[in-house]
Amino acid sequence: MSPMTDTRMAYGEALAELGESNPDVVVLDADLYNSTRTVLFRDKFPKRFFDMGISEADMASTAAGLAAAGMTPFINSFAIFATSICYLPVRTQIAYPNLRVIVAGSSAGLTQGPDGASHQSLEDISLMRGLPNMTVIVPADALETRQAVFAAAECPGPVYLRLGRYPVPDLNAPDYQFKIGKAVTLRDGNQVTLFATGHMVTKAVEAHEILAQAGISARVVNVSTIKPLDEAAVLQLARETGLLFSVEEHSIIGGLGSALAEYLSGQANVPRLVRLGVRDEFGESGVAEELLVRHRLTGPLIAEDVQAAL
Amino acid sequence: MAATQEQLAYLIDMAAQMRLQIVRMMGPKKVHHFGGSLSATDIVTALYFYKMNYDPQNPTWPDRDRFVMSKGHSVPAQYAALALKGVIPLAELSTLKRLGSRLQGHPAMHHTPGIEACTGMLGEGLSFSNGLALAARIRGQDYRVYCLMGDGELQEGQVWEAAMTTPSRQLSSVTAILDRNRLKSQDDPNTAKIMDPMDRRWQSFGWVTREIDGHDMAQICDALDWATEPRTQPAMIIANTVKGKGVSFFEGQAKYHNAQITEEEFQRALAELSPAVVEKG
Repeated sequence: MSPMTDTRMAYGEALAELGESNPDVVVLDADLYNSTRTVLFRDKFPKRFFDMGISEADMASTAAGLAAAGMTPFINSFAIFATSICYLPVRTQIAYPNLRVIVAGSSAGLTQGPDGASHQSLEDISLMRGLPNMTVIVPADALETRQAVFAAAECPGPVYLRLGRYPVPDLNAPDYQFKIGKAVTLRDGNQVTLFATGHMVTKAVEAHEILAQAGISARVVNVSTIKPLDEAAVLQLARETGLLFSVEEHSIIGGLGSALAEYLSGQANVPRLVRLGVRDEFGESGVAEELLVRHRLTGPLIAEDVQAAL
Repeated sequence: MAATQEQLAYLIDMAAQMRLQIVRMMGPKKVHHFGGSLSATDIVTALYFYKMNYDPQNPTWPDRDRFVMSKGHSVPAQYAALALKGVIPLAELSTLKRLGSRLQGHPAMHHTPGIEACTGMLGEGLSFSNGLALAARIRGQDYRVYCLMGDGELQEGQVWEAAMTTPSRQLSSVTAILDRNRLKSQDDPNTAKIMDPMDRRWQSFGWVTREIDGHDMAQICDALDWATEPRTQPAMIIANTVKGKGVSFFEGQAKYHNAQITEEEFQRALAELSPAVVEKG
């Protein structure tokens, strides 16, 4: 088992590294720089770091101004604030003119944990995915996070980068090359395909092992770019197995499951899709593991749901 | 530096041409934001034709001064200035808000040459201006940023987040201008929220302020020169204006904030505005 890292840690380190090679990168935070790990960038590049205080909308619009003048801003907060409080400026001042601003949403999903529903963003992918020009990336492990940070800084338009504080193992081989818009098969299988994103890729891999012991062959696909969706890969993979699942730490409305359903519903000869995630409800306080069990988003529970559906 | 009499005469004439262009591009029988465009006209004229370091041949010049129309619904005043400057063709003004036009109903920086920001969601322009100013500081550029807001707009909370940011970062390259026409879309802003004292609010946030008649060209030019004197604090110019200024029956009437006028009203407005242009021009 490889060492466990959470994606926000990998993000902070990658950002500080990116700052060295890219002098246009500026980082804005809204009083959470220790949590979001932008403190690492701040310590190295104090002149390109701005703590805007608890003023997320101001942060987003300021970033738009910086981008309009040629800089590459990363704005940072918890995912819930970065996508909801910042929504209007992200929509109208960033996505509309297609400015390169990276919206980094940290501590996303149920695994935010004890703070409860107010802080558990379960609809952030939905909000960002609905915006024209927006790219939506949910990295699955540390290596992918690092590469996504560098890729986002070269993306011509805005990017939403969803990050978490839940430790995950390295899933990708050291020579893995992340590419925006590319879904990657991590485990092969021929009976069912599990399309997963973010932390849930780890859980889907666990489910794959459990199912294998039960004699069920489940493929695991890491859909780290939710928008643009890798439609060609999704269609081909979907047609190769008899049953499809989406697995995400997000509402089943508006996230990966919706993206897949929207696309596949327009295609002929595709199997049924079961969407796993949070079923249109708010979160609650608890530790991450308890919440994942409560919402049936652990390896064993995903495996159970797959077996039940087969 | 003060504007000369000759410059002032030129600017007053230019403002008259601006008003004529604004009303012409809007025309009759279509809904347009007459009131706020006309209250902002003299300020926008002074910025483009007196104050700003701006090359109309090269509107993307990296060192240009920037004008951010935060009260985005008044963008016809900026379109008129860009057309009279030669950034966009005068003939294009009549395409305002038509399908396929570069002249959108609210400012769209990616559609229109010379437009610096996407605004229209009120309250976002000052934050954006701060971002432009921060970029200049990082890159060692010395351009200035002028941000025009409306008094109704100041009821948006984000304005005050930005108003804290500017002095905190000593971004004195940002000048804020308030087009205080004392009418939002329905009525006097004070009906919904107490807006006074305006100057002390900004002062307490760390700004220097000056209050002027926003239709007196000499006062506008003086205030802009005062605003750009070297100091660490940013400057806010509180310009008292009249909504719909220049067309007698628009003036002070909230119903011409966003209105459809008749052909007869249109002709009356042109008749009032045209002599000013002919006389001076």
